Amino acid sequence: MLCVRQLKRLSLGPIDLDLQAGDIAALTGPSGAGKSLLLRAIADLDPNDGKLTLHNQARTDMDAPAWRKRVMYVPAHAGWWADTVEPHFEGLSRSTVKDTLHQVGLESTALGWQVQNLSTGERQRLALVRAVAHKPDVLLLDEPTSGLDPDNVARAEKLITACAADGLGIVFVTHDLDQAERLGNRHLNLTDGRLAEVSA
Amino acid sequence: MTGVYLQLGYIDLAIASVLLLLAGGLSVAMNLGLEKSLGIAALRTAVQLTIIGMVLKILFALVSPWWTGLAALVMVMLAGYEVTARQTLKLKGGWGYSIATTSMIVAGGIVTILALTTAVRPEPWYDPRFALPLLGMMLGNTLTGVSVGMERLNATLKREKIAIEARLALGHTRRDAFRPYVREAMRAGLMPIINAMSAAGIISLPGMMTGQILAGVDPTEAVKYQILIMFLIAGTTSIGALMAVLATARRLSDERDRLRLDRLKDGAR
Repeated sequence: MLCVRQLKRLSLGPIDLDLQAGDIAALTGPSGAGKSLLLRAIADLDPNDGKLTLHNQARTDMDAPAWRKRVMYVPAHAGWWADTVEPHFEGLSRSTVKDTLHQVGLESTALGWQVQNLSTGERQRLALVRAVAHKPDVLLLDEPTSGLDPDNVARAEKLITACAADGLGIVFVTHDLDQAERLGNRHLNLTDGRLAEVSA
Repeated sequence: MTGVYLQLGYIDLAIASVLLLLAGGLSVAMNLGLEKSLGIAALRTAVQLTIIGMVLKILFALVSPWWTGLAALVMVMLAGYEVTARQTLKLKGGWGYSIATTSMIVAGGIVTILALTTAVRPEPWYDPRFALPLLGMMLGNTLTGVSVGMERLNATLKREKIAIEARLALGHTRRDAFRPYVREAMRAGLMPIINAMSAAGIISLPGMMTGQILAGVDPTEAVKYQILIMFLIAGTTSIGALMAVLATARRLSDERDRLRLDRLKDGAR
């Protein structure tokens, strides 16, 4: 589905990667190895070189916003541009948002909350819901559960698994090898700018 | 001219300079250490204005479109330098200077030429006696608008990086993601001229009008000129600030809708 060839950017690559529908690939590696930079480069958020295709359609044939709607990056620290939660979900199907909120243990009243009062865990879950509700083809998750308590880690992992079952391809960064084992059906390692498949 | 024009002699200036000696004396007495800067600044004022007085006299006598144009170009280029000189964050590679100068050439040029050919109508239209002071007043004010607008946009885009990239990552265009910050920068750039127009005549008597009145012009005539100038300045500042802010926004993003803060550098000199 997602095919990455010779991806390069400063201190990274060249990197090849094939992601299939239903894949949940754990991405591990030492701090500073460039895991976030790799996900950002795939989403085309930083200048980079390489041939990327999604369903055989080249990234260069799509404008950048269209590419990012289908290959969606969720940073470890989510950004908010309005005072309340709701405007961040503008244009998304209300019922999808509501369902997805439920799956991570939030009520739809959360849409009325003030962003500045959100806890780290609430921000992280809302950012995951926001991305999932866009129904992308690929999700690039940067430490999606780092700020969550065990119950909410379990809920978030369940949502990620459900997305993959729906046919999404997912890459998630984690420092937790147990989580890599538990949630991922593939394991990638990035060290010194080189990506390698870790065999089970 | 309707009133009396009282010519100033060098004795009159010498008397005024006594006040400066007084200020210098205060600085020494109170140990402020400002006497040297004060002296140099006063000397600069006298020398710079004397030179520009002579230059203007020559230019006014020539009434040449080429010399007038050259003087205008020098003025705009100095204004461009002033815009970027004190910015704390600036675009790399001379882009800040180029954007500021181009915006002011276009805005100042359009409005000055428009005013000369429609409202003021000297003969010939490029008569430097009208063209250069008009352009000077446009530039002096537009410079502030352009400088404040660009500075604000640079600072806000840097501060709001996470929020902007969140929108870009969700597939928003750079235009959508930047819109609130472009608007904020424009507001900041236009605030000084809006304040000046609101306060004109109530809180402050604008300098040009005061100068004309001192030179013997009928106050109601001086007021008409001042209103014209205020409108021209507002027009130039709006066009200049809008151009500069939009060009800066373009430079801080790219055709793949990325935020390019790597094109920004700390500018504190």
